Amino acid sequence: MSTVIRPYGDTTGDGRIQVSFTLPVPFGTEEERALAEGAAAQLAGKMGLDPAMVVHAKAMGPDFTFFIVYGPVRHLVDLAEVTVARREYPLMPAAEINRRIRSAFGREMVVVGATVGVDAHTVGIDAILNVKGHAGEKGLESYREMRVVNLGSQVAVADLVTRARAESADAVLVSQVVTQRDAHVLAAQQIAEAFSDGAPRPLLVVGGPRFDPAMAAGLGVDRVFGRGTTPREVASYLVHTLAPEPAEPAEPAGAAR
Amino acid sequence: MPSESNNAAMPALGLDPAVIRQARDLAAAAGQPIVDMARTHSTVSVERAVLRLGGLDGAGGDSGMPWVNHVVDAVADSCGLEHGVALPVWDALLAGGYPHLVALARDVAAGKVKFRLPEGADAAAARAAASAALAEGFARIDTRRAERTAMIRTTADPPKPWIYLIVATGDIYEDIPQAQAAAREGADIIAVIRSTGQSLLDYVPEGATREGFAGTYATRENFRLMRAALDDVSRELGRYVRLTNYASGLCMPEIAALAGLERLDMMLNDCMYGIIFRDINPRRTFIDQRFSRQIHARAGIIINTGEDNYLTTADAVDAAHTVVVSQLLNEFFGKEAGLADGQLGLGHAFEINPAVPDSFLLELAHAQLVRQLFPDAPLKYMPPTKHMTGNVFAGYLLDAFFNLCGALTGQSILLIGMMTEGIHTPFLSDRDLALENVRYVLRAAGRLGENLQPPPGGFVERRAQQVLAEAVDLLRRIDGEGLLNAIADGTFGVTRRPADGGRGLDGVFQRAGGYFNPAAEFLEDGQR
Repeated sequence: MSTVIRPYGDTTGDGRIQVSFTLPVPFGTEEERALAEGAAAQLAGKMGLDPAMVVHAKAMGPDFTFFIVYGPVRHLVDLAEVTVARREYPLMPAAEINRRIRSAFGREMVVVGATVGVDAHTVGIDAILNVKGHAGEKGLESYREMRVVNLGSQVAVADLVTRARAESADAVLVSQVVTQRDAHVLAAQQIAEAFSDGAPRPLLVVGGPRFDPAMAAGLGVDRVFGRGTTPREVASYLVHTLAPEPAEPAEPAGAAR
Repeated sequence: MPSESNNAAMPALGLDPAVIRQARDLAAAAGQPIVDMARTHSTVSVERAVLRLGGLDGAGGDSGMPWVNHVVDAVADSCGLEHGVALPVWDALLAGGYPHLVALARDVAAGKVKFRLPEGADAAAARAAASAALAEGFARIDTRRAERTAMIRTTADPPKPWIYLIVATGDIYEDIPQAQAAAREGADIIAVIRSTGQSLLDYVPEGATREGFAGTYATRENFRLMRAALDDVSRELGRYVRLTNYASGLCMPEIAALAGLERLDMMLNDCMYGIIFRDINPRRTFIDQRFSRQIHARAGIIINTGEDNYLTTADAVDAAHTVVVSQLLNEFFGKEAGLADGQLGLGHAFEINPAVPDSFLLELAHAQLVRQLFPDAPLKYMPPTKHMTGNVFAGYLLDAFFNLCGALTGQSILLIGMMTEGIHTPFLSDRDLALENVRYVLRAAGRLGENLQPPPGGFVERRAQQVLAEAVDLLRRIDGEGLLNAIADGTFGVTRRPADGGRGLDGVFQRAGGYFNPAAEFLEDGQR
């Protein structure tokens, strides 16, 4: 089978697709309409639709026009050249996450979250933990099988460790937004250090807009989440690591990767 | 007042009036201990709202915090808040010969003021001065309310259902042209979503703001700017465009006061949302809620409650009765605080999984049940969000069914569903297509309801009866264990919230014997 493909409209190889977009042009007088449709056809042509067919144009207020355009694209897709960014864990639906915690733990998974040190920004940790959630996904509190303890902002590292142990936390989530003088890096390192007294420690997860997921090993934590992380990604990671299926061996907690 | 359900809704389903009465009685019994608690307690935010109503505006000091925070914190430190903030503050104002509260607040922030609890003639003088200041504040709110009535008279009140659209750029100066464009496209109500996390701030930010996270900060200046812009567009369109914001979170009473002072028209104001979804302490929420609703009542503001949120967390079929229970509680608390039926924008939502057989019939039963339970309330109906998958074409169809259900059951406020829900902040075209969708449905089927009688004893009627019966059962359970315990057990939104947990409990205090709140004489007695 060839690895080169084209979009499929109703015949193999016809390359036909549909796009819709808005241009900042009026669609009032006959002259304006002709200009607007011509502009849409030009954009579609530059996008590789040839010939472009503007099947629908509609004024949206006095200054904008919306278009729907059909046409064949010249472009070819080579499947051999597709690279897939692989997450080391599968994204799971909430029901699956709850089921796996139930069967692996036989109790709730305990997650303790905070922002530490000088950082007063709770946006990140609340987006991940609050039921309200983020990006259309509910936070970890909404998972039946998770017990979430959100300590809020400006928590001292020592207090975080004490509380995490008192709650028998399975995982500790720390969000850091402030990055002046690498405050976020220092905070993450302090947390890793504070937990490295030989006693079994919870899974350590840090996140924030300025973190690079490749930094985990250097920081001494288990996982780093960057900008745009959603609650379900975090929940899926926790379950993948702490509640593995028999066929899916987990990396040991604390292992650098 | 004309019944809200007159707008071509379906003929009534058979519901036993005795069961409905019982549900209301149970809700009242569940809510009364909470009201008693709210009458004997106050919070830092209630006290700050008193100062705002008394004319203290602005921010400063080293921290740049609002003056009301400086002053309330200082009173708490020097003589305690349990007698209310008014007596110590107006006493200090008089004793120090300050020309106004801001001058006093500047000295407070500089650490130059020592508050005391005045006695005798000093107390009487402070009391009189505070009452006079609050009288001015409420006169301003009353003027705003009269302005709204006049604006509606000179423009026009749009027919129901009112079309509700959201703007949320984070920058008030971007929000304004977007809101005006949305109004021109057909929106009757503009809601400015707040910045993520504002509900957890224990102060109200100041001034016009241009940076928010997925929303724009609620500030007095932002309120003023947006209301003025919508007044312009209302005159242009000959139709009064309402403005909505959020009186929720830790500063609920203060934001309610600012909304009244700047003539906002509707405010999100749920009795339990902050508890369940923001982990705000239950006592703090209920006390703040009562005061904020009293202000809304006075200001002629329609509240919007947040029951739709429960269905985004719990299953929309299994948890349908929790929506009804919450609505009955919101109604009880709202009326107790002085709100009229016409100010109770009770919420519900179209969130049943479309893969469930007969899902539309179930939605119809739920929506009609709510319509019949609250015939005079401007019900707010929320579009699907949970089952919007990214398939914008299927989402557009689902939104059309939502619009149809809203039309059939005579819902008063329709929040317009976006086919790109959960993907991005709506494109201009998403909004335009959404409005085209709702306009088509209302034009084509706006009168279908009156031509449609679900058969007595049929699926829709039986489902409505079942949900009502489940609501009564749950209310009975709540009465047995107490509302605070029920919330602690995870009854709503499958989230457990203990009465002594959550944020903001340290801002709650019991009123002492001589507690004085000068707003009370305008709110407790002066109700319409």
